[in-house]
Amino acid sequence: METGRTRRRLPLAYLGVLPFFLYATAFLFWPAAKVMFGAFQDDAGGLTLDHVQKLFDEPYRTAFKNSIEVSLVTAGLGAVFGLLLAYAAIREGTPRFVRAGLTTFSGVAANFAGIPLAAAFIATLGTIGVVTQFMTEQLGFNPYDHGFSVFSKTGIEIVYLYFQIPLMILVIAPAIDGLRREWREAASSLGASSWQFWRHVGIPIMTPSILSAFVLLFGNSFSAYATAYGLTGGSVGLVPITIGFYLSGNVLDDPHLGQALAFGMLVVLALMMLLYIPLQRRASRWSR
Amino acid sequence: MTPRRFIAPSAVLWLLLGAAYFLIPLIATLIFSLRSNQTGTCCTLENYGTIIHDPQFLKTIKTSFILSLETIFLTLVLLVPTVYWVHLKLPRLRSVIGFMALVPFVIPPIILVVGLLDVYKGTPTWFYAEPYGFLVAAYVILAFPYMYFSLDTGFRSIDVHTLTEASQSLGAHWTTTLVRVILPNIKSAALAGSFLTLAIVMGEFTIASLAVFDTFPIYIQYINQNKAYPAASVTLLAFAITWAAMVALLAAGRGRAPAAQGAR
Repeated sequence: METGRTRRRLPLAYLGVLPFFLYATAFLFWPAAKVMFGAFQDDAGGLTLDHVQKLFDEPYRTAFKNSIEVSLVTAGLGAVFGLLLAYAAIREGTPRFVRAGLTTFSGVAANFAGIPLAAAFIATLGTIGVVTQFMTEQLGFNPYDHGFSVFSKTGIEIVYLYFQIPLMILVIAPAIDGLRREWREAASSLGASSWQFWRHVGIPIMTPSILSAFVLLFGNSFSAYATAYGLTGGSVGLVPITIGFYLSGNVLDDPHLGQALAFGMLVVLALMMLLYIPLQRRASRWSR
Repeated sequence: MTPRRFIAPSAVLWLLLGAAYFLIPLIATLIFSLRSNQTGTCCTLENYGTIIHDPQFLKTIKTSFILSLETIFLTLVLLVPTVYWVHLKLPRLRSVIGFMALVPFVIPPIILVVGLLDVYKGTPTWFYAEPYGFLVAAYVILAFPYMYFSLDTGFRSIDVHTLTEASQSLGAHWTTTLVRVILPNIKSAALAGSFLTLAIVMGEFTIASLAVFDTFPIYIQYINQNKAYPAASVTLLAFAITWAAMVALLAAGRGRAPAAQGAR
């Protein structure tokens, strides 16, 4: 009797997590699987590579190129400026309230994305924006006469940095904390200069953290839809924007093409995750 | 390298540059929101009046708020017992669920909505055509990673086994254990996850827009397209909501400030 019970206990215990797994299947895995299979289906339900192959033709090719470019630029700049800002706030000598303030603000700004963020930048750098008018009237320099537009790819990059830099600050701050003071003191007592400490100790230790943060920022930008839509109304072709057109209008006549585009995004993001998980594991090695 | 007593000059420079980049758009939006809608000159509060007296504003903000509460409730009901059970009986599943919590980053809202619309196209209208059905179902998935990581941290900091055994040896039913013993101990983790969920749902645009529901972010976009100056005032209101949710989160989670990605 007793042995019978212990043998049955394992499957019974798993029943406890069944509701959660059912829910995740219904609203996450099943829809995701539907996207993946749909990308390879023709109208009769047979298998085809046509839709996925179309991703390499225009205009989809350019959409992927734009999306990857915007993501690389904003992840790169976001990582650099986020790191510099976080270090400036955390390093010795900076009053403690600066760090608390920066962390709170980063929490807000990293979540302040989408339509309101786009509207804020239109009010700032749009054609009649406050900063645009200030530059035109006070400095005699209208950026719109010199090729600049906030409704362009450059504009999108400037706006994305508003949530990329704060995200970098949030994820990199623990890594900066992990740089132990003793290491610095040890390096300096061995005669290392500040530059030598960073070159041979600081940066090598932080590299996995910085790289994993970069990958996270890349994915964050790559999957963003609302901000770009609110800013440009879709005039800059990014992959999410193209998918949005497919879902909301009659721009594309082929229903499987939307799924193929989503599948293409999924592949890029899955590759990103394959990089992220081992980097994250490496990065946590030095954490306390 | 003697310990520094004063702030480094380069740190001052970077912090000032950062402050400029992050504060100028907010100040500019404030100035923009005070301009007259007719003449474009400063300063008037009429744009705030336009928004507050717009019945659509109150209606959509109410919809989004109810959606947030519903999402928070459903996510907690789904995850608290699951995470509790995993910590108590199935510790090996922790890494499985931790991995599952990363899946929404590979399937962001823009991909999820493609699949969801496809799967649930033919379902009854009480689910498919109602924000309180379809949208909440999707938002629980968006909230899941944040709520899970928050709860997991909370459960790791308490002794689940001892608490459960103590409660059961006093004759408590397992629901009593969960609600009256476990829940009070993970309250701050659940609150932190809830405020994050609130911020995500109040700002979620992608799924609501593409599934054609009328929520607060959809209203902001409508104003954004049609009325330049009132758009700035409603933007500041949205910023205030995010700010309030984050401050509440920090107060609840004490220093932990995770980043959400729902609004993008």
